Amino acid sequence: MIKTDALIIGAGPTGLFTAHQLKLIGLNCEVVDNLDKVGGQCIELYPDKPIYDIPAIPECTGEELTKNLVDQLKPFNIKFHLNERVDEVKNNKGTWQVKTNKGTEFSTPNIIIAGGVGSFEPRKFAPKECEKFENKSIFYSIKDKSIFKGKTVSIFGGGDSALDWAIELSKGSKINLIHRRDEFRGAESTVQKVQDLAKEGKINLFTKYQLKDTKGSNSLESIDIMHDNKEVKNLKTDYVLGFFGLIMQLGPIANWGLNLDKKTINVDTEKFETNQKGIYAIGDICSYPGKLKLILSGFHEGALAARACFKLARPNEKYRFEFTTTSKNLKNRLGVKSD
Amino acid sequence: MAKITYIEHNGTSHTVEVKKGLSVMEGAVQNNIPGIDADCGGSMACATCHVYVKEEWFDKVNIKSEGEDDMLDQAYEPTKHSRLSCQISVTDDIDGLIVNLPEKQ
Repeated sequence: MIKTDALIIGAGPTGLFTAHQLKLIGLNCEVVDNLDKVGGQCIELYPDKPIYDIPAIPECTGEELTKNLVDQLKPFNIKFHLNERVDEVKNNKGTWQVKTNKGTEFSTPNIIIAGGVGSFEPRKFAPKECEKFENKSIFYSIKDKSIFKGKTVSIFGGGDSALDWAIELSKGSKINLIHRRDEFRGAESTVQKVQDLAKEGKINLFTKYQLKDTKGSNSLESIDIMHDNKEVKNLKTDYVLGFFGLIMQLGPIANWGLNLDKKTINVDTEKFETNQKGIYAIGDICSYPGKLKLILSGFHEGALAARACFKLARPNEKYRFEFTTTSKNLKNRLGVKSD
Repeated sequence: MAKITYIEHNGTSHTVEVKKGLSVMEGAVQNNIPGIDADCGGSMACATCHVYVKEEWFDKVNIKSEGEDDMLDQAYEPTKHSRLSCQISVTDDIDGLIVNLPEKQ
C-alpha cells in the first residue's frame, strides 16, 4: 500500500502541471496513467500538431509541450505508474483506497482526476462474436510473438502497427493483411516493403475488405471478410490481430459515485472538487459553468485543486501563499539558489 | 442556415437548422444530438464524430480533408460513405443534408 498526499489520475498536460504544483507547495504525489508514456492526448493524438494558445509559448507541438512539462518536473522526484488504469476507488474513514488493474494500491486523502476524455483503449472489432475469442485468438496488442510461429495470422488495419507486424510475422507465419481501403497510412518505406512482400507471395493482401464474421465454436477456425461491394470471402486463420488505433473510454470512473454529466464530471470552481470530498476533477474531464476545454484552463484548475489538497493532507498546518520569485521555501524545493 | 437531418442508429431522426460556417459536428453538438461524441473537439485527432453521409449527398459535401481517411480507419464500422462530421462545412449547398449515425462512436 502506497501512502501519498495526492494521487493524480492521468499524465496529460494538466496532470503533469498539477504534479508540479503539488510538489511546489510541499505535498508528495504519485501519478497513474493507462498509456505507456506521459503526455496524454498531446502525445497520443497530436504529437506533431502545433498548438498556438499556450500562454507565453507562441507555437509548440504536443510532443514539445509534453517535453517542457516533464522538464519542469525535473527538480522533483515523482513516481509515475504507467500502463496502469485505476479501477477501484473506495472510502475508508475519510481516506481513499485506490486500486489499479495491475494490483497497485494507494491510500490517500486526495484524488485528482485529470483523465481527459477517459483512458485510451484499443478500438475493437465490431462483430460481437469477436469478444469470445479475445485474448485467445483475437488480439489488439502483442505480448508474445512466438505463439504465431507456423500459424496463419490475419492482420487488420492500415497504419504502422498493422504493417510492421505484418512484415515481422511474415518471417515465420502465413500472413493475411486486410484493410478497408487501398491506401495505407503507414510510413512510405514500410508500405513499399509490404507491397514487395505481397508480390513475393509472403503477405496476402486484401484491400477494401473488413471483418464481417468469425467461425468456430471453441477455437477460432476461420473468418468472413466482406468487400466494399458486399462480396464475402472466407479465410482460414488461427489468429486475428486488430490494429485500429486507440479510442478514449471513460471506463471505471463511471463507477466511483461521482456526479457525471455525459462524459464529464461536475465540480465547483473554488477547489475543483467533485460531489465526493477529496476527489477533484480537472482538465477536459471536468465540467462547470463556462468551462473551456483548453490546456491553459487545466493548468489553472490544477493549481487550485492542489491548494485544496493541502488542507486535507496537512490538516494541522496553514497553507501560506508564496511566489517562486521570492520565496526561499519554494526555491529550496525547486533546488535553485536563493539570492 | 441549412437544414440538416441526423438519424440515430435506432432510427430516431433530428432535423435542425445549422448556421453557415459551422461544421456538421458542431451542428450536432450545439443541438445536443446524441450519437456524436467529438472527443477531440474538431481537430481531426479522433474518430468520434463519424457519420455516414446519405448516398445522394455524398458528392455534394466538401471533399475529404487530407488525413481524414487515416482517422476514419480508426472509426467504428466505416463504409465508403463515412465522413468525420467535423470536416464537413455547412453551406447553402447542403441545405437538406441527411447523415446517419453509426451504432457507436
